[in-house]
Amino acid sequence: MTENVAASSNKEPIRASEFDPKFKYELIKMHGGEGLLKCYQCGTCTSDCPVARFSDDYRPRTIIRMAQLGLKDRILKSGTLWLCAACFTCTDRCPQDVEVASVIRVLRNLAAENGCVPQVFKDQACSILESGYAYKIPDLRIKKRESMGLPPLPKGNPEAIRKSLKGVNFMRYIEKKSERNE
Amino acid sequence: MSNNSKYLIFLGCAVPYRVSAYEISARKVLAKLGVELVEMPEFNCCGLPLDPVSHEMMLVLASRNLAVAEKTGLNILTLCPGCAGTLKKVTKILKDDKALREKINAQLKESGLEFKGTVVTKHIMQVLMEDVGVDNIKKSVVKPLTMLKVAEHVGCHLLRPKEYIGFDNPEDPQTLKKLIEATGATCLDYIDETECCGAPSVGVSDKVALQLARDKLNHVKMVDAQALITICAFCHIMFDTNELRIEKMFNEAYGIPILHYPQLLGLALGMKPDELAFNELRVDTSKLLKQINEGAN
Repeated sequence: MTENVAASSNKEPIRASEFDPKFKYELIKMHGGEGLLKCYQCGTCTSDCPVARFSDDYRPRTIIRMAQLGLKDRILKSGTLWLCAACFTCTDRCPQDVEVASVIRVLRNLAAENGCVPQVFKDQACSILESGYAYKIPDLRIKKRESMGLPPLPKGNPEAIRKSLKGVNFMRYIEKKSERNE
Repeated sequence: MSNNSKYLIFLGCAVPYRVSAYEISARKVLAKLGVELVEMPEFNCCGLPLDPVSHEMMLVLASRNLAVAEKTGLNILTLCPGCAGTLKKVTKILKDDKALREKINAQLKESGLEFKGTVVTKHIMQVLMEDVGVDNIKKSVVKPLTMLKVAEHVGCHLLRPKEYIGFDNPEDPQTLKKLIEATGATCLDYIDETECCGAPSVGVSDKVALQLARDKLNHVKMVDAQALITICAFCHIMFDTNELRIEKMFNEAYGIPILHYPQLLGLALGMKPDELAFNELRVDTSKLLKQINEGAN
């Protein structure tokens, strides 16, 4: 059994200097983050969250409150951010239409922009740039398709995919690796 | 039977990577029910796996597929609810937000594509429900599975977020139940039917992921379901591929076969387990198949 992302054990007292009062305004300008300020901390998200039932650290309500307070570094460096399963139960049940899962996605995107990207995402992005598919499909499986009576797999167009993704911020994390493979 | 349904089949990544039984049985069942499939001329991942790290990258990847599909004039059928959910959601986002649409189209222009928003995306379950219809399925059944009591697991992405997907009721989904009952089988209710299978947490915290799947299996076992029926590659991996692992890890005993819905439907349409790739499943289905044979004789 593995705990692949270090759990956030940051229970240190919060210093006044940690608050970034502008952070929330940055978030509400981002696509998906618009509802952040509507949260009144009722806790529906956490009580309905399937991950929170089994994780000691992941609490969507806490993450939303930290975002409202501007505890930017604590959130973005916390491993718990990556535990969200994106089931969208919190989004559907939120009485304030906060779109909780989308706010958390916005925070993950920001964490990624700040250099915190779990390896699995880099691997998937590289694979997409190489073949179109998020996983490297083994040659054996591709050959086996014929004997199973399945048509050949549609091909990806790496050159066109790359062109479409030009300028997308996340590309800088994968550019190096995928260039090497060309 | 013919109902003039013709779709581009969007396989996604997980199905060809690990879950051939779903694809094989889906293609067989759809052909039998008169749904014609055309392969995607060009493919890339729907984008969902990268949404957590780059929303923009997800939007570009999804809209590329939609733009490729638009050129063919056909609508999309997916096997994966994640792909269906993403393509539906991005269609709505880009149709509603002109500025964003223009930004994404500027990215696509480089490779000669443009998103216009003319393509409809449906998951296989939606095509079976809306295009084929429960009545037609019932008429095609040659071997009613009346001896079976099973449970269903729809998963998350075909239902949520409700505002973007707009299919069935996320709090009490009925589509898969009706489709199961069309085969003659009984579909049992159980605790927390709409709970997540845990798959998205694999790789981040396997512990949390497997505990979620275990919880579901416990609830399914509680009602004595003879099988659990899924309609998602990831949910299927979570329950079928991992069932033995979960049994070992938590000292449980389930022995619950996990079937792709088209496999169940295929049996009712008179197809043989071999044709429906039952041999690809991890959890032993021999007892279940014996019960079906004995019950039908």
